[in-house]
Formats: sequence, structure tokens, C-alpha cells
Amino acid sequence: MKLLTGNDLKTGFVTWWTGADWSLHIEDAADVGEHGEAILAAEEGARRVNAPYIIAGEQTPDGPRPAHIKDRIRALGPTVRPDLTLKPADPNAGDWVI
Amino acid sequence: MYKYDEYDHAMVEARVAEFSDQVRRRLAGEITEDQFKPLRLMNGLYLQLHAYMLRVAVPYGTLDSRQMHMLAHIARKYDRDYGHFTTRQNIQYNWIKLEDAPAILEDLASVEMHAIQTSGNCIRNISSDQWAGAAADEITDPRPWAELLRQWSSFHPEFSYLPRKFKIAVIAAEEDRAAMRLHDIGIQIVEKDGQHGAAFYVGGGMGRTPMIAPLIKDFVPLDDMLSYAEACLRVYNRYGRRDNIYKARIKILIHELGADEYRRQVEEEWAHVKSLGIDPPKAEFDRIAKQFTPPALDASAPDDIDRSDPDFAVWVDQNVAAHKVPGHAIVNISLKPVGGIPGDASSAQIDLMADLAEKHSHDELRVTHAQNIVLPHVRKADLYAIWQALDTAGLATPNLDLISDIIACPGLDYCSLANARSIPVAQKIAARFSDLGRQKELGELKLKISGCINACGHHHAGHIGILGVDRKGTENYQLLLGGSGAEDVSLGTITGPGFDEDGIVDAIERVTDKYLATRTDGERFVDTFRRVGMAPFKEAIYG
Repeated sequence: MKLLTGNDLKTGFVTWWTGADWSLHIEDAADVGEHGEAILAAEEGARRVNAPYIIAGEQTPDGPRPAHIKDRIRALGPTVRPDLTLKPADPNAGDWVI
Repeated sequence: MYKYDEYDHAMVEARVAEFSDQVRRRLAGEITEDQFKPLRLMNGLYLQLHAYMLRVAVPYGTLDSRQMHMLAHIARKYDRDYGHFTTRQNIQYNWIKLEDAPAILEDLASVEMHAIQTSGNCIRNISSDQWAGAAADEITDPRPWAELLRQWSSFHPEFSYLPRKFKIAVIAAEEDRAAMRLHDIGIQIVEKDGQHGAAFYVGGGMGRTPMIAPLIKDFVPLDDMLSYAEACLRVYNRYGRRDNIYKARIKILIHELGADEYRRQVEEEWAHVKSLGIDPPKAEFDRIAKQFTPPALDASAPDDIDRSDPDFAVWVDQNVAAHKVPGHAIVNISLKPVGGIPGDASSAQIDLMADLAEKHSHDELRVTHAQNIVLPHVRKADLYAIWQALDTAGLATPNLDLISDIIACPGLDYCSLANARSIPVAQKIAARFSDLGRQKELGELKLKISGCINACGHHHAGHIGILGVDRKGTENYQLLLGGSGAEDVSLGTITGPGFDEDGIVDAIERVTDKYLATRTDGERFVDTFRRVGMAPFKEAIYG
């Protein structure tokens, strides 16, 4: 599967294309298939996202996951500061990242 | 410490106003990211892995308690309650919101700080010896010269768009505590026939093509230092490559031209530049130098230290250095607790260090390129109180220059350029060698980790260096031995095939075991490596 990701303009936070909007949560990401470039151009043009790009992903029982370690770390937060990730209360939240 | 004059204030305030308007236009959708990116980078604002990152300049690593408190305030108000001190003697914040950037720069300007020229192809923050003005072995305080270079290089119209970024270090002691010869220009203030002058080493650097700067001129009269630097930059600006980012640093130009030809061209240019009158009048230098007048220290202060508390004594032995004035000492605060993140400090810790500087160190602090903090002017009689305060805040780790005093870049946990994580490796090594007795048995051992070839973690200059790479989508770590960023400068050599995260920790233990079995009396790790070479270590690592 192909995922579209970028950063929020105001906060810089990592965002994922859901099929209709942008979400901070990788679980909401949609498979953009072959439409990634077109969505990217439209969204960047509308200035709703910063520095977007398309990545390879895979579907898992827990939802979509980026294929590469860099984007898996982007998806949750720094592996060395679980308290600063998107799921600070869940000690196992990062089990899939590395 | 240098205090801004009206020109400094005007420059910084004008930049804050300018950037505030650029941010407004970006947020309003009036300019694109492509248009905005070079503007934000000129103000130290990067887009990193998780958010915007702001790099704040700490000129030659020197700051006062008011400025340090402001760094804590920014961490607390605009970031996530911590900051990261870097190998460029700066501080970085990892979670900055674009809409907050103008307010942060205003706050910084209110204490004579900024983020100008902490990115981009310009002359970056000037670095220096963190013990400047206090070190027993310096011939003079190098910071007035570093400040002169800061003023000269700030918004220098000719050098704002160099082929590539440009880093300058200034020291004034034989012991090199600033990795001077691994800079684009390294200046060592030296003495000859009773006069001070500047030795210029040009064309050093780390990154993907590490090089040690050759000596280009052994003695430039200090009155001519700026014009000689200008000539060095002009030749680079004229002939440095702009067609290939990987060959654009001055080290490549000098390597290709040869040091002799580069020197000849600089001399030719210098003859012209000197006629332009850019060297400052003595009165201007004296104005700057006056602001670095040493603090009034009482040389009759007690020289004895009560070492009856054994934990305190261990800390004194490892983290306290000799001051040039009797009865005083230099305190090195380690930001490398076992299990911690090298260079990170919470806002509360930053505030505490500022308070200690105000109370005990004539209001001065320093940031070191090894990602630690220094209180440069401390009465020996105050050491115990300082240690107690640091200990309470988790800042009294007695490991300066030991194996757990690790330089590590942010790596793949934070950096968009990185290929592998650096911090977890540093943490695992520190944990493996957490026994202080074992660390002291190993002695001085500088371990440096970079998460990519750009070498922000100075891995080439580590007695033991680690380079993280991406091998088919997984993290892999190459091991280097024999580097040094000090006066015995050398570049590390790769041992062989790389390791995974646990494997690299095991490999380092095999290396240190081999060192202990091989060393002669008084030999540091790097001395033993230089004496016996790579082969016995390679055998110990790979069998």
C-alpha cells in the first residue's frame, strides 16, 4: 500500500492523509494507491500540508504501518522519549516501530 | 561578557521583525514552502522528523545566567520542557510551532540572543574553548577574537551565500578543547617573539569526507586577523564548487588545489584585502576586549577542598579542572547521566545551572562541544555546595571524558537526515559500562556517535567512533577506532563489517577488554591503539 504523509503547517507535526483530510494518527491513514501524486499536488497547492511525500506502507491487524523505520518513528514519536509520543500512557505503543 | 551595542540590538530586532512578517505571510498562505524554506533556515528554523526545530546560537559557547534562564523559559513555554545542547555549542528545541517562532525570537532578542546564521551556507556560530578565560594553560582569552569574528561574519554581504556552510573555531591554548583542526578555519592564538598572533589552519571538517586542516599560515599579526580571514573566505567563495553539494566545502577545494597553491592565492588576495582597511581600529578591538575583562577573583581564597564526602571527592577528581587563579576551579557539569540523553537538559535543570552560575560563577556559563555545561569561575570553597545542588538535580554524574561521557547526535529519533538512531546506542553503552570503577579503569576514552555520514556526532574524531547507517532498511552501526579531535588530532579508521544495536555494544566491550590487556602504564586507549595498530583490535572484535 502507499501512504501520503507530511507535516502540519502551523505545528510541524506529522500528519497522514485519511482519504478526505489529514490526521496525526497513522491508524487513520488511507491507501492512496496510484493517486498519491495527484492528492499531494492538490493538498500542497491548497496549502493544507507541508512538505508532503508518498511512502510505502503495509496493512496490519492494527492498521496501516509505514514500511521504513524512519517513517515508523515519525508515526509515533522518538523511541527514547515514550512520554513524548502520541501514546504516552501505553508502554507497548511503540512495539511495532523498531 | 560581551554586551550588545546599539548596532547589535538594531540588527537583531530588525531581523525579528522581518522574520515575523515572513512567518505571517507563510501562515496566511501568501508564500509557498519553497519560498519560505530558505527564509526560515536563515533563522535557524528547520523542519525535522516530528516538528519544527529551532537552533539558537550561543556565541563561542558563552552565556550568562539571564540568557540561560531564558533558554529554560523557552523550553517550558514553547517546547516540551527540555532543550538539547549540541556539538556546535548551541541549543536546539525539537517541538517548536511555526506560529510561536516570532515570539521566541523576540524573547531571545530581549536577552541579546538569536538564531541567525545557525543554518544556511554562511559563516555559522563561532566556536571556542569552553574554558576560555579560566584555563590555566591558555596564553590569552580567545573570546574577544571570536567576538570580533562574530561581528565581522554577521550578515557579511559577501559571505551570506557561500558554496556551503562554514565553521570557525578560535582557541588560545596548546590543549585543543574545541576540535579546532576539524573546522573550515581553525585559529590558534600563539606567541612568537613576545607577540601574539593567529595560526590559521584551513580546510578541516568531518562529514562524509573528513579532513584535518593543514597549517596555512603559522603567524598572522592579530591586527591583521580579519583581513587574513577575509582573504581565506574570498578564495573559497570564488573557487569553491557550487555544482556538487558533496564537494562544496572548503576542505575539498584545498585538497584539490593543494595547501601550497591555496596559500599562494590567499597571500595574493590578502595583499589586496589589506588595502581595503577592513581590520578594525585598535580602539574598536579594545572596546570588545574590555568586555571580556576577567572577573575579580580573590587569589588568596582557600585552595584546599574538604574531600571528606567520598562521592563529592569522586566528582571533584573527574569533573573539576584547574583554574588559572589560585583558590578557584572550573566546574564541568555532565549532561550524560546513565540512561539519559546526551546533551538534553530539562527547563528545571537549565534554571538550576543558571542559578548556580549567578551565585557561584560570576554569572557565566559555557556550553561545550561535548554537550556539557561549564561553570568557569568557581571558588573552591563553593564546590561542595554546588555539587550538592547538582546532585539533587541529577547533574552530578562524575564521568567527564570517560566512556559514558558520550557525544551523540539526535539521530533517527529526531533528525530527518539520520539513517540510524544514536541515542539508544549511547544509552546501552553507558549502561554496559555504568560501573564507575570500570570507567575510571579505562581512563580517558572519548566515544562519539553519529546517526549518519554528516557526522554531527563527530564519530571520526572519537577514540571510539560509531556511525549509524541504513542497511536495507535496518539500522547498522560501523565501528571506528583511533580518532581524536584534540591537539593530537587524527581520524578514526573503520574496523570492518558493521553491527546491529546490541552487537555494537558487545564489540566495544571486546575493544576495551583488548585495550586493558594490551596497554602499558599510563597509556590512554588512543595511545595503545596508535602503538599496536588496528590488527589486534580487529582480531578481538571479529575473531
